Amino acid sequence: MINQVVLPAQHGTSASGSIYNKKSRISDTILLVLIYLCASISILVLIGIMGYVFVRGIPAISLSFLTTVPSTIKGTFGIVGNIVNTLYIVVITLLIATPLGVGAAIYLNEYAKGGKIVRIIEFTTETLAGIPSIIFGLFGYVFFGITLGLGYSILTGALTLAIMVLPLITRTTQEALKTVPASYRSGALGIGATKWYMIRTILLPSAMPGILTGIILAIGRIVGESAALLFTAGSGYLLPKDFFGKIFESGGTLTIQLYLCMQKAKYSEAFGIAVVLLVIVLAINGLAKFLSHKFNTEVK
Amino acid sequence: MNTNTVKISSSNLNLYYGTNHALKDVNLELYTNKITAFIGPSGCGKSTYLKTLNRMNDLVPNVKIEGEVLLDGENIYDQRVDTTLLRKKIGMVFQQPNPFPMSIYDNVAYGPRIHGIKHKAELDDIVEKSLKGAALWDEVSSRLKKSALGLSGGQQQRLCIARALAVEPEVLLMDEPTSALDPISTLKIEDLMDELKEKYTVAIVTHNMQQATRIADHTAFFLVGEVVEYAPTTELFTVPKDKRTEDYITGRFG
Repeated sequence: MINQVVLPAQHGTSASGSIYNKKSRISDTILLVLIYLCASISILVLIGIMGYVFVRGIPAISLSFLTTVPSTIKGTFGIVGNIVNTLYIVVITLLIATPLGVGAAIYLNEYAKGGKIVRIIEFTTETLAGIPSIIFGLFGYVFFGITLGLGYSILTGALTLAIMVLPLITRTTQEALKTVPASYRSGALGIGATKWYMIRTILLPSAMPGILTGIILAIGRIVGESAALLFTAGSGYLLPKDFFGKIFESGGTLTIQLYLCMQKAKYSEAFGIAVVLLVIVLAINGLAKFLSHKFNTEVK
Repeated sequence: MNTNTVKISSSNLNLYYGTNHALKDVNLELYTNKITAFIGPSGCGKSTYLKTLNRMNDLVPNVKIEGEVLLDGENIYDQRVDTTLLRKKIGMVFQQPNPFPMSIYDNVAYGPRIHGIKHKAELDDIVEKSLKGAALWDEVSSRLKKSALGLSGGQQQRLCIARALAVEPEVLLMDEPTSALDPISTLKIEDLMDELKEKYTVAIVTHNMQQATRIADHTAFFLVGEVVEYAPTTELFTVPKDKRTEDYITGRFG
Protein backbone atom coordinates (compact mmCIF):
# COMPACT_ATOMS: atom_id res chain seq x y z
CA MET A 1 0.00 0.00 0.00
CA ILE A 2 2.75 2.42 0.93
CA ASN A 3 4.76 2.01 -2.23
CA GLN A 4 1.83 1.94 -4.54
CA VAL A 5 1.89 4.61 -7.19
CA VAL A 6 -1.50 6.07 -7.88
CA LEU A 7 -1.89 6.89 -11.52
CA PRO A 8 -4.46 9.49 -12.55
CA ALA A 9 -7.37 7.71 -14.19
CA GLN A 10 -8.10 8.71 -17.71
CA HIS A 11 -11.06 7.54 -19.84
CA GLY A 12 -10.64 6.67 -23.48
CA THR A 13 -13.20 7.68 -26.06
CA SER A 14 -15.54 5.18 -27.69
CA ALA A 15 -14.81 4.24 -31.26
CA SER A 16 -18.46 3.54 -32.08
CA GLY A 17 -19.99 6.77 -30.85
CA SER A 18 -21.97 7.96 -27.83
CA ILE A 19 -24.62 5.92 -26.06
CA TYR A 20 -26.78 8.96 -25.33
CA ASN A 21 -30.12 9.02 -27.07
CA LYS A 22 -30.06 11.42 -29.98
CA LYS A 23 -33.65 11.27 -31.16
CA SER A 24 -36.69 9.65 -29.61
CA ARG A 25 -37.92 6.91 -31.89
CA ILE A 26 -41.31 7.72 -33.37
CA SER A 27 -42.24 4.13 -34.16
CA ASP A 28 -41.69 3.19 -30.51
CA THR A 29 -43.99 5.95 -29.33
CA ILE A 30 -46.76 4.98 -31.75
CA LEU A 31 -46.56 1.36 -30.68
CA LEU A 32 -46.69 2.36 -27.04
CA VAL A 33 -49.82 4.43 -27.59
CA LEU A 34 -51.47 1.57 -29.48
CA ILE A 35 -50.69 -0.90 -26.73
CA TYR A 36 -52.11 1.42 -24.09
CA LEU A 37 -55.19 1.85 -26.26
CA CYS A 38 -55.73 -1.90 -26.58
CA ALA A 39 -55.34 -2.35 -22.85
CA SER A 40 -57.76 0.47 -22.05
CA ILE A 41 -60.40 -0.82 -24.46
CA SER A 42 -60.42 -4.30 -22.97
CA ILE A 43 -60.62 -2.94 -19.45
CA LEU A 44 -63.32 -0.43 -20.38
CA VAL A 45 -65.43 -3.09 -22.06
CA LEU A 46 -65.31 -5.21 -18.91
CA ILE A 47 -66.09 -2.28 -16.64
CA GLY A 48 -68.83 -1.10 -19.00
CA ILE A 49 -70.63 -4.41 -19.13
CA MET A 50 -70.34 -4.96 -15.40
CA GLY A 51 -71.46 -1.43 -14.66
CA TYR A 52 -74.42 -1.64 -17.01
CA VAL A 53 -75.53 -4.99 -15.62
CA PHE A 54 -75.24 -3.77 -12.05
CA VAL A 55 -77.06 -0.50 -12.70
CA ARG A 56 -79.92 -2.24 -14.46
CA GLY A 57 -79.97 -5.30 -12.25
CA ILE A 58 -79.62 -4.05 -8.70
CA PRO A 59 -83.08 -2.40 -8.61
CA ALA A 60 -84.62 -5.79 -9.43
CA ILE A 61 -82.97 -7.45 -6.46
CA SER A 62 -85.02 -7.58 -3.33
CA LEU A 63 -85.58 -9.97 -0.50
CA SER A 64 -88.57 -11.54 -2.22
CA PHE A 65 -86.60 -11.81 -5.49
CA LEU A 66 -83.99 -13.89 -3.69
CA THR A 67 -86.33 -15.92 -1.47
CA THR A 68 -89.45 -16.81 -3.48
CA VAL A 69 -90.32 -18.83 -6.56
CA PRO A 70 -92.38 -17.52 -9.51
CA SER A 71 -96.10 -17.81 -8.70
CA THR A 72 -99.06 -16.28 -10.51
CA ILE A 73 -101.35 -16.90 -7.56
CA LYS A 74 -99.14 -15.09 -5.04
CA GLY A 75 -97.95 -12.69 -7.71
CA THR A 76 -94.32 -13.22 -6.82
CA PHE A 77 -91.28 -13.62 -9.06
CA GLY A 78 -88.24 -15.00 -7.31
CA ILE A 79 -85.25 -17.13 -8.13
CA VAL A 80 -84.67 -19.16 -4.99
CA GLY A 81 -85.75 -22.30 -6.85
CA ASN A 82 -83.13 -21.65 -9.50
CA ILE A 83 -80.46 -20.97 -6.89
CA VAL A 84 -81.23 -24.31 -5.26
CA ASN A 85 -81.20 -26.05 -8.67
CA THR A 86 -77.82 -24.50 -9.44
CA LEU A 87 -76.47 -25.88 -6.16
CA TYR A 88 -77.87 -29.33 -6.97
CA ILE A 89 -76.30 -29.31 -10.42
CA VAL A 90 -72.92 -28.08 -9.15
CA VAL A 91 -72.72 -30.63 -6.34
CA ILE A 92 -73.91 -33.63 -8.36
CA THR A 93 -71.76 -32.77 -11.37
CA LEU A 94 -68.68 -32.50 -9.18
CA LEU A 95 -69.52 -35.71 -7.32
CA ILE A 96 -69.43 -37.48 -10.68
CA ALA A 97 -66.65 -35.59 -12.45
CA THR A 98 -64.08 -35.15 -9.66
CA PRO A 99 -63.34 -38.82 -8.93
CA LEU A 100 -63.29 -39.61 -12.65
CA GLY A 101 -61.07 -36.66 -13.54
CA VAL A 102 -58.64 -37.10 -10.66
CA GLY A 103 -58.51 -40.85 -11.28
CA ALA A 104 -57.79 -40.33 -14.98
CA ALA A 105 -55.05 -37.82 -14.16
CA ILE A 106 -53.42 -40.19 -11.67
CA TYR A 107 -53.48 -42.94 -14.28
CA LEU A 108 -52.01 -40.71 -16.99
CA ASN A 109 -49.32 -39.22 -14.78
CA GLU A 110 -48.32 -42.08 -12.51
CA TYR A 111 -49.22 -45.38 -14.14
CA ALA A 112 -49.33 -45.02 -17.91
CA LYS A 113 -45.83 -45.43 -19.31
CA GLY A 114 -46.17 -42.96 -22.16
CA GLY A 115 -46.85 -44.46 -25.53
CA LYS A 116 -49.84 -44.60 -27.81
CA ILE A 117 -52.68 -45.08 -25.32
CA VAL A 118 -51.68 -42.04 -23.29
CA ARG A 119 -51.39 -39.90 -26.39
CA ILE A 120 -54.83 -41.05 -27.54
CA ILE A 121 -56.34 -40.28 -24.14
CA GLU A 122 -54.69 -36.87 -23.96
CA PHE A 123 -55.81 -36.04 -27.48
CA THR A 124 -59.36 -37.11 -26.63
CA THR A 125 -59.42 -35.01 -23.46
CA GLU A 126 -58.20 -31.97 -25.33
CA THR A 127 -60.77 -32.44 -28.08
CA LEU A 128 -63.48 -32.93 -25.49
CA ALA A 129 -62.51 -29.58 -24.00
CA GLY A 130 -63.02 -27.80 -27.31
CA ILE A 131 -66.47 -29.14 -28.19
CA PRO A 132 -69.25 -26.49 -28.14
CA SER A 133 -71.45 -27.07 -25.13
CA ILE A 134 -74.68 -27.33 -27.16
CA ILE A 135 -73.30 -30.59 -28.59
CA PHE A 136 -72.95 -31.95 -25.06
CA GLY A 137 -76.54 -30.82 -24.56
CA LEU A 138 -77.72 -32.67 -27.64
CA PHE A 139 -75.85 -35.82 -26.63
CA GLY A 140 -77.02 -35.59 -23.03
CA TYR A 141 -80.63 -35.11 -24.07
CA VAL A 142 -80.61 -38.09 -26.44
CA PHE A 143 -78.44 -40.45 -24.41
CA PHE A 144 -79.19 -39.73 -20.74
CA GLY A 145 -82.62 -38.21 -21.26
CA ILE A 146 -84.17 -40.53 -23.82
CA THR A 147 -82.08 -43.70 -24.09
CA LEU A 148 -81.51 -44.06 -20.34
CA GLY A 149 -84.99 -42.66 -19.68
CA LEU A 150 -83.90 -39.99 -17.20
CA GLY A 151 -85.93 -37.31 -18.99
CA TYR A 152 -85.56 -33.65 -18.16
CA SER A 153 -83.94 -33.93 -14.77
CA ILE A 154 -81.18 -32.57 -12.59
CA LEU A 155 -79.41 -35.92 -12.97
CA THR A 156 -79.50 -35.75 -16.78
CA GLY A 157 -78.09 -32.22 -16.61
CA ALA A 158 -75.39 -33.16 -14.09
CA LEU A 159 -74.30 -36.20 -16.09
CA THR A 160 -74.05 -34.06 -19.22
CA LEU A 161 -72.05 -31.36 -17.47
CA ALA A 162 -69.84 -33.98 -15.82
CA ILE A 163 -68.68 -35.06 -19.28
CA MET A 164 -68.18 -31.43 -20.17
CA VAL A 165 -65.96 -30.49 -17.19
CA LEU A 166 -64.12 -33.82 -17.07
CA PRO A 167 -61.25 -32.62 -19.33
CA LEU A 168 -60.81 -29.49 -17.22
CA ILE A 169 -60.48 -31.43 -13.99
CA THR A 170 -58.24 -34.05 -15.58
CA ARG A 171 -55.92 -31.41 -17.03
CA THR A 172 -55.55 -29.31 -13.89
CA THR A 173 -55.00 -32.39 -11.75
CA GLN A 174 -52.35 -33.63 -14.17
CA GLU A 175 -50.57 -30.28 -14.03
CA ALA A 176 -50.74 -30.30 -10.25
CA LEU A 177 -49.30 -33.84 -10.11
CA LYS A 178 -46.47 -32.84 -12.43
CA THR A 179 -45.33 -30.15 -10.01
CA VAL A 180 -44.85 -32.65 -7.17
CA PRO A 181 -41.07 -33.28 -7.01
CA ALA A 182 -39.92 -36.72 -8.14
CA SER A 183 -37.85 -36.95 -4.96
CA TYR A 184 -41.06 -37.24 -2.90
CA ARG A 185 -42.00 -40.28 -4.93
CA SER A 186 -38.64 -42.02 -4.62
CA GLY A 187 -38.43 -41.04 -0.95
CA ALA A 188 -41.71 -42.75 -0.19
CA LEU A 189 -41.12 -45.80 -2.38
CA GLY A 190 -37.57 -46.09 -0.98
CA ILE A 191 -38.85 -46.86 2.51
CA GLY A 192 -41.29 -49.45 1.27
CA ALA A 193 -44.47 -47.54 0.48
CA THR A 194 -46.59 -49.16 -2.18
CA LYS A 195 -47.39 -46.99 -5.15
CA TRP A 196 -50.98 -46.43 -4.10
CA TYR A 197 -49.97 -45.61 -0.52
CA MET A 198 -47.47 -43.06 -1.86
CA ILE A 199 -50.12 -41.50 -4.10
CA ARG A 200 -52.62 -41.33 -1.27
CA THR A 201 -50.32 -39.93 1.41
CA ILE A 202 -47.84 -37.78 -0.53
CA LEU A 203 -48.99 -37.00 -4.05
CA LEU A 204 -52.63 -36.14 -3.53
CA PRO A 205 -52.06 -33.93 -0.45
CA SER A 206 -49.25 -32.08 -2.26
CA ALA A 207 -51.36 -31.66 -5.39
CA MET A 208 -54.52 -30.74 -3.49
CA PRO A 209 -54.42 -26.96 -3.98
CA GLY A 210 -54.01 -27.47 -7.74
CA ILE A 211 -56.84 -29.97 -7.82
CA LEU A 212 -59.04 -27.56 -5.86
CA THR A 213 -58.28 -24.81 -8.36
CA GLY A 214 -59.45 -27.10 -11.14
CA ILE A 215 -62.64 -27.92 -9.27
CA ILE A 216 -63.37 -24.24 -8.69
CA LEU A 217 -62.84 -23.44 -12.36
CA ALA A 218 -65.22 -26.30 -13.13
CA ILE A 219 -67.80 -24.76 -10.79
CA GLY A 220 -67.45 -21.54 -12.75
CA ARG A 221 -68.19 -23.35 -15.99
CA ILE A 222 -71.17 -25.19 -14.49
CA VAL A 223 -72.69 -22.04 -13.04
CA GLY A 224 -72.28 -20.23 -16.36
CA GLU A 225 -73.53 -23.04 -18.60
CA SER A 226 -76.90 -22.79 -20.34
CA ALA A 227 -76.81 -24.45 -23.76
CA ALA A 228 -75.94 -27.87 -22.39
CA LEU A 229 -78.61 -27.64 -19.69
CA LEU A 230 -81.66 -26.34 -21.51
CA PHE A 231 -82.62 -29.73 -22.96
CA THR A 232 -81.16 -31.89 -20.21
CA ALA A 233 -81.99 -30.41 -16.82
CA GLY A 234 -84.98 -28.51 -18.14
CA SER A 235 -86.39 -25.34 -16.69
CA GLY A 236 -88.21 -26.30 -13.49
CA TYR A 237 -88.25 -23.47 -10.97
CA LEU A 238 -89.98 -24.90 -7.92
CA LEU A 239 -88.32 -25.67 -4.63
CA PRO A 240 -87.67 -29.38 -4.05
CA LYS A 241 -90.31 -31.21 -2.05
CA ASP A 242 -88.13 -34.23 -1.54
CA PHE A 243 -84.38 -33.83 -1.08
CA PHE A 244 -83.34 -36.88 -3.12
CA GLY A 245 -86.39 -37.05 -5.34
CA LYS A 246 -85.47 -33.65 -6.77
CA ILE A 247 -82.55 -35.27 -8.58
CA PHE A 248 -85.01 -36.94 -10.93
CA GLU A 249 -87.08 -33.83 -11.48
CA SER A 250 -86.62 -30.97 -13.89
CA GLY A 251 -84.61 -28.05 -12.52
CA GLY A 252 -83.44 -24.94 -14.31
CA THR A 253 -80.31 -23.17 -13.13
CA LEU A 254 -79.92 -19.39 -12.89
CA THR A 255 -78.67 -19.11 -16.47
CA ILE A 256 -81.72 -21.01 -17.74
CA GLN A 257 -84.04 -18.70 -15.83
CA LEU A 258 -82.14 -15.73 -17.27
CA TYR A 259 -82.68 -17.13 -20.75
CA LEU A 260 -86.40 -17.61 -20.11
CA CYS A 261 -86.75 -14.07 -18.75
CA MET A 262 -85.14 -12.69 -21.89
CA GLN A 263 -87.52 -14.70 -24.05
CA LYS A 264 -90.46 -13.18 -22.21
CA ALA A 265 -88.87 -9.72 -22.40
CA LYS A 266 -88.70 -9.48 -18.60
CA TYR A 267 -85.49 -7.50 -18.78
CA SER A 268 -85.34 -6.13 -15.27
CA GLU A 269 -85.61 -9.65 -13.79
CA ALA A 270 -83.05 -10.85 -16.34
CA PHE A 271 -80.59 -8.19 -15.20
CA GLY A 272 -81.30 -9.07 -11.58
CA ILE A 273 -80.32 -12.68 -12.27
CA ALA A 274 -77.29 -11.44 -14.21
CA VAL A 275 -76.09 -9.55 -11.13
CA VAL A 276 -76.44 -12.66 -8.97
CA LEU A 277 -74.52 -14.71 -11.56
CA LEU A 278 -71.75 -12.13 -11.90
CA VAL A 279 -71.28 -11.98 -8.15
CA ILE A 280 -71.05 -15.77 -7.99
CA VAL A 281 -68.57 -15.96 -10.88
CA LEU A 282 -66.41 -13.17 -9.45
CA ALA A 283 -66.35 -14.88 -6.08
CA ILE A 284 -65.37 -18.16 -7.70
CA ASN A 285 -62.58 -16.57 -9.73
CA GLY A 286 -61.29 -14.81 -6.65
CA LEU A 287 -61.22 -18.09 -4.76
CA ALA A 288 -59.38 -19.80 -7.62
CA LYS A 289 -56.78 -17.00 -7.72
CA PHE A 290 -56.33 -17.20 -3.97
CA LEU A 291 -55.86 -20.97 -4.03
CA SER A 292 -53.44 -21.04 -6.96
CA HIS A 293 -51.43 -18.27 -5.35
CA LYS A 294 -51.31 -20.20 -2.12
CA PHE A 295 -50.31 -23.27 -4.11
CA ASN A 296 -47.46 -21.48 -5.88
CA THR A 297 -46.00 -20.01 -2.73
CA GLU A 298 -46.23 -23.33 -0.93
CA VAL A 299 -44.25 -25.12 -3.62
CA LYS A 300 -41.46 -22.54 -3.34
CA MET B 1 -15.76 -57.90 14.59
CA ASN B 2 -12.81 -59.21 12.63
CA THR B 3 -14.44 -61.76 10.44
CA ASN B 4 -16.41 -60.46 7.53
CA THR B 5 -19.91 -61.85 7.10
CA VAL B 6 -21.47 -61.22 3.72
CA LYS B 7 -24.73 -59.29 3.90
CA ILE B 8 -25.31 -58.58 0.22
CA SER B 9 -23.57 -60.06 -2.75
CA SER B 10 -24.09 -59.47 -6.43
CA SER B 11 -22.84 -61.82 -9.07
CA ASN B 12 -22.52 -61.15 -12.78
CA LEU B 13 -24.88 -58.22 -12.46
CA ASN B 14 -25.57 -56.52 -15.78
CA LEU B 15 -27.87 -53.56 -16.25
CA TYR B 16 -29.03 -51.91 -19.43
CA TYR B 17 -30.84 -48.60 -19.89
CA GLY B 18 -32.33 -49.30 -23.30
CA THR B 19 -29.21 -50.10 -25.35
CA ASN B 20 -26.82 -48.46 -22.90
CA HIS B 21 -24.89 -51.15 -21.03
CA ALA B 22 -24.62 -49.32 -17.70
CA LEU B 23 -23.31 -52.08 -15.43
CA LYS B 24 -21.02 -54.83 -16.66
CA ASP B 25 -20.61 -58.07 -14.73
CA VAL B 26 -20.50 -56.48 -11.33
CA ASN B 27 -19.40 -58.89 -8.61
CA LEU B 28 -19.31 -57.33 -5.16
CA GLU B 29 -19.87 -58.28 -1.57
CA LEU B 30 -21.05 -55.97 1.19
CA TYR B 31 -20.09 -57.07 4.68
CA THR B 32 -22.30 -56.95 7.74
CA ASN B 33 -21.69 -53.94 10.00
CA LYS B 34 -19.18 -52.43 7.64
CA ILE B 35 -19.23 -49.34 5.52
CA THR B 36 -18.57 -49.92 1.85
CA ALA B 37 -17.90 -46.93 -0.38
CA PHE B 38 -18.37 -46.77 -4.14
CA ILE B 39 -16.16 -44.22 -5.84
CA GLY B 40 -15.54 -43.30 -9.47
CA PRO B 41 -16.07 -40.51 -11.97
CA SER B 42 -19.55 -39.26 -12.93
CA GLY B 43 -21.51 -41.72 -15.00
CA CYS B 44 -19.42 -44.73 -13.95
CA GLY B 45 -22.43 -46.64 -12.64
CA LYS B 46 -21.83 -46.36 -8.90
CA SER B 47 -25.22 -44.80 -8.18
CA THR B 48 -26.93 -47.16 -10.59
CA TYR B 49 -25.37 -50.09 -8.78
CA LEU B 50 -26.50 -48.75 -5.40
CA LYS B 51 -30.05 -48.51 -6.69
CA THR B 52 -30.06 -52.09 -7.93
CA LEU B 53 -29.56 -53.16 -4.32
CA ASN B 54 -33.07 -52.17 -3.27
CA ARG B 55 -34.61 -52.29 -6.72
CA MET B 56 -35.13 -48.54 -7.08
CA ASN B 57 -34.15 -49.02 -10.72
CA ASP B 58 -37.45 -50.83 -11.19
CA LEU B 59 -39.01 -47.39 -11.43
CA VAL B 60 -36.91 -46.41 -14.44
CA PRO B 61 -38.57 -47.22 -17.77
CA ASN B 62 -36.72 -49.47 -20.25
CA VAL B 63 -34.34 -50.87 -17.69
CA LYS B 64 -33.17 -54.47 -17.98
CA ILE B 65 -31.29 -56.27 -15.24
CA GLU B 66 -29.48 -59.62 -15.47
CA GLY B 67 -27.61 -61.59 -12.85
CA GLU B 68 -28.47 -61.84 -9.20
CA VAL B 69 -28.23 -59.89 -5.97
CA LEU B 70 -28.41 -61.95 -2.81
CA LEU B 71 -29.52 -60.48 0.51
CA ASP B 72 -28.78 -63.01 3.25
CA GLY B 73 -28.80 -65.65 0.54
CA GLU B 74 -32.15 -64.65 -1.00
CA ASN B 75 -32.23 -63.26 -4.54
CA ILE B 76 -33.87 -59.85 -4.45
CA TYR B 77 -34.77 -60.15 -8.13
CA ASP B 78 -36.74 -63.34 -7.53
CA GLN B 79 -40.34 -63.11 -8.70
CA ARG B 80 -41.65 -63.85 -5.22
CA VAL B 81 -39.96 -60.79 -3.73
CA ASP B 82 -42.25 -58.17 -2.20
CA THR B 83 -40.47 -54.87 -2.84
CA THR B 84 -42.20 -53.35 0.18
CA LEU B 85 -40.56 -55.90 2.47
CA LEU B 86 -37.27 -55.62 0.61
CA ARG B 87 -37.15 -51.84 0.98
CA LYS B 88 -38.08 -52.16 4.63
CA LYS B 89 -34.90 -54.18 5.08
CA ILE B 90 -32.78 -52.04 2.76
CA GLY B 91 -33.38 -48.36 3.38
CA MET B 92 -32.16 -45.54 1.21
CA VAL B 93 -30.97 -41.96 1.69
CA PHE B 94 -30.80 -39.80 -1.41
CA GLN B 95 -28.41 -37.19 -2.73
CA GLN B 96 -30.79 -34.29 -2.23
CA PRO B 97 -32.48 -34.23 1.16
CA ASN B 98 -36.11 -35.03 0.32
CA PRO B 99 -38.26 -34.62 3.41
CA PHE B 100 -41.98 -34.79 2.70
CA PRO B 101 -44.00 -31.58 3.02
CA MET B 102 -45.36 -32.53 6.43
CA SER B 103 -44.27 -32.26 10.05
CA ILE B 104 -40.97 -33.61 11.33
CA TYR B 105 -42.88 -36.18 13.35
CA ASP B 106 -44.97 -37.34 10.39
CA ASN B 107 -41.87 -37.65 8.23
CA VAL B 108 -40.27 -40.09 10.64
CA ALA B 109 -43.55 -41.89 11.34
CA TYR B 110 -44.24 -42.28 7.61
CA GLY B 111 -42.39 -45.57 7.24
CA PRO B 112 -43.74 -47.27 10.38
CA ARG B 113 -47.26 -46.26 9.35
CA ILE B 114 -46.78 -47.96 5.97
CA HIS B 115 -46.01 -51.12 7.82
CA GLY B 116 -49.13 -50.84 9.91
CA ILE B 117 -48.01 -49.26 13.19
CA LYS B 118 -50.82 -47.02 14.40
CA HIS B 119 -50.59 -46.69 18.18
CA LYS B 120 -49.49 -43.24 19.18
CA ALA B 121 -47.28 -44.34 22.05
CA GLU B 122 -45.49 -46.83 19.85
CA LEU B 123 -45.00 -44.24 17.09
CA ASP B 124 -43.76 -41.66 19.61
CA ASP B 125 -41.19 -44.18 20.74
CA ILE B 126 -39.99 -44.97 17.24
CA VAL B 127 -39.80 -41.30 16.29
CA GLU B 128 -37.71 -40.46 19.31
CA LYS B 129 -35.43 -43.45 18.85
CA SER B 130 -34.93 -42.77 15.14
CA LEU B 131 -34.24 -39.07 15.60
CA LYS B 132 -31.73 -39.91 18.34
CA GLY B 133 -30.18 -42.48 16.03
CA ALA B 134 -29.76 -39.80 13.38
CA ALA B 135 -28.30 -37.34 15.93
CA LEU B 136 -31.12 -34.90 15.36
CA TRP B 137 -33.28 -35.34 18.45
CA ASP B 138 -31.72 -32.54 20.52
CA GLU B 139 -32.20 -30.05 17.73
CA VAL B 140 -35.83 -30.82 16.92
CA SER B 141 -37.43 -32.39 20.01
CA SER B 142 -39.21 -29.13 20.83
CA ARG B 143 -40.70 -28.65 17.37
CA LEU B 144 -41.72 -32.09 16.18
CA LYS B 145 -45.03 -30.77 14.88
CA LYS B 146 -43.40 -28.08 12.76
CA SER B 147 -42.90 -28.51 9.03
CA ALA B 148 -39.81 -30.45 8.03
CA LEU B 149 -39.22 -28.01 5.19
CA GLY B 150 -38.18 -25.39 7.74
CA LEU B 151 -35.05 -27.35 8.73
CA SER B 152 -31.61 -26.56 7.33
CA GLY B 153 -30.18 -28.75 4.56
CA GLY B 154 -28.00 -30.73 6.97
CA GLN B 155 -30.89 -31.23 9.38
CA GLN B 156 -33.15 -32.29 6.52
CA GLN B 157 -30.63 -34.92 5.46
CA ARG B 158 -30.38 -36.26 9.01
CA LEU B 159 -34.18 -36.29 9.11
CA CYS B 160 -34.13 -38.42 5.97
CA ILE B 161 -31.70 -40.76 7.70
CA ALA B 162 -34.04 -40.89 10.71
CA ARG B 163 -36.93 -41.60 8.35
CA ALA B 164 -34.97 -44.50 6.88
CA LEU B 165 -33.99 -45.80 10.34
CA ALA B 166 -37.60 -45.71 11.56
CA VAL B 167 -38.52 -48.85 9.63
CA GLU B 168 -35.61 -50.65 11.33
CA PRO B 169 -33.69 -51.59 8.21
CA GLU B 170 -30.71 -53.91 8.18
CA VAL B 171 -28.91 -52.16 5.34
CA LEU B 172 -28.65 -48.45 4.63
CA LEU B 173 -27.88 -47.27 1.11
CA MET B 174 -26.66 -43.69 0.82
CA ASP B 175 -26.38 -42.00 -2.53
CA GLU B 176 -23.90 -39.11 -2.14
CA PRO B 177 -25.67 -38.11 1.08
CA THR B 178 -23.42 -35.11 1.77
CA SER B 179 -22.83 -33.69 -1.70
CA ALA B 180 -25.52 -31.04 -1.20
CA LEU B 181 -24.35 -30.11 2.30
CA ASP B 182 -21.88 -27.71 3.89
CA PRO B 183 -18.67 -29.07 5.52
CA ILE B 184 -20.02 -28.94 9.08
CA SER B 185 -23.20 -30.84 8.23
CA THR B 186 -21.04 -33.27 6.26
CA LEU B 187 -18.87 -33.90 9.29
CA LYS B 188 -21.94 -34.56 11.44
CA ILE B 189 -23.24 -37.10 8.97
CA GLU B 190 -19.86 -38.80 8.71
CA ASP B 191 -19.68 -39.09 12.50
CA LEU B 192 -23.18 -40.46 12.45
CA MET B 193 -22.29 -43.09 9.87
CA ASP B 194 -19.53 -44.35 12.11
CA GLU B 195 -22.15 -44.99 14.80
CA LEU B 196 -24.66 -46.41 12.34
CA LYS B 197 -22.39 -49.21 11.23
CA GLU B 198 -22.56 -50.77 14.66
CA LYS B 199 -26.17 -51.65 13.93
CA TYR B 200 -26.45 -51.54 10.18
CA THR B 201 -24.62 -52.50 7.04
CA VAL B 202 -23.91 -49.31 5.13
CA ALA B 203 -23.16 -48.68 1.47
CA ILE B 204 -22.33 -45.17 0.34
CA VAL B 205 -21.74 -43.61 -3.03
CA THR B 206 -19.39 -40.68 -2.80
CA HIS B 207 -17.67 -38.28 -5.11
CA ASN B 208 -15.30 -37.32 -2.39
CA MET B 209 -12.31 -39.64 -2.03
CA GLN B 210 -11.29 -38.14 1.32
CA GLN B 211 -14.73 -39.04 2.57
CA ALA B 212 -14.23 -42.63 1.50
CA THR B 213 -10.89 -42.81 3.30
CA ARG B 214 -12.40 -41.27 6.43
CA ILE B 215 -15.39 -43.52 6.81
CA ALA B 216 -15.31 -46.64 4.64
CA ASP B 217 -13.97 -50.03 5.60
CA HIS B 218 -14.00 -51.22 2.01
CA THR B 219 -13.98 -49.26 -1.21
CA ALA B 220 -14.93 -50.21 -4.74
CA PHE B 221 -13.69 -48.20 -7.69
CA PHE B 222 -16.10 -48.05 -10.63
CA LEU B 223 -15.22 -47.07 -14.18
CA VAL B 224 -17.63 -47.10 -17.12
CA GLY B 225 -19.90 -49.67 -15.55
CA GLU B 226 -17.22 -52.01 -14.29
CA VAL B 227 -15.68 -52.59 -10.89
CA VAL B 228 -12.01 -51.99 -11.52
CA GLU B 229 -10.85 -52.69 -8.01
CA TYR B 230 -12.44 -53.64 -4.71
CA ALA B 231 -10.34 -53.77 -1.55
CA PRO B 232 -10.13 -52.65 2.06
CA THR B 233 -10.06 -48.86 1.91
CA THR B 234 -6.52 -48.35 3.22
CA GLU B 235 -5.20 -50.88 0.75
CA LEU B 236 -7.03 -49.39 -2.23
CA PHE B 237 -5.76 -45.90 -1.48
CA THR B 238 -2.19 -46.79 -0.54
CA VAL B 239 -1.29 -49.74 -2.75
CA PRO B 240 -3.79 -49.82 -5.62
CA LYS B 241 -3.29 -52.88 -7.79
CA ASP B 242 -4.74 -51.44 -10.96
CA LYS B 243 -3.12 -48.62 -12.90
CA ARG B 244 -6.52 -46.98 -13.53
CA THR B 245 -7.29 -46.89 -9.81
CA GLU B 246 -3.95 -45.26 -9.15
CA ASP B 247 -4.57 -42.68 -11.86
CA TYR B 248 -7.97 -41.87 -10.44
CA ILE B 249 -7.01 -41.57 -6.80
CA THR B 250 -3.96 -39.50 -7.58
CA GLY B 251 -6.18 -37.13 -9.47
CA ARG B 252 -4.94 -37.76 -12.97
CA PHE B 253 -8.53 -37.90 -14.25
CA GLY B 254 -12.07 -37.86 -12.95
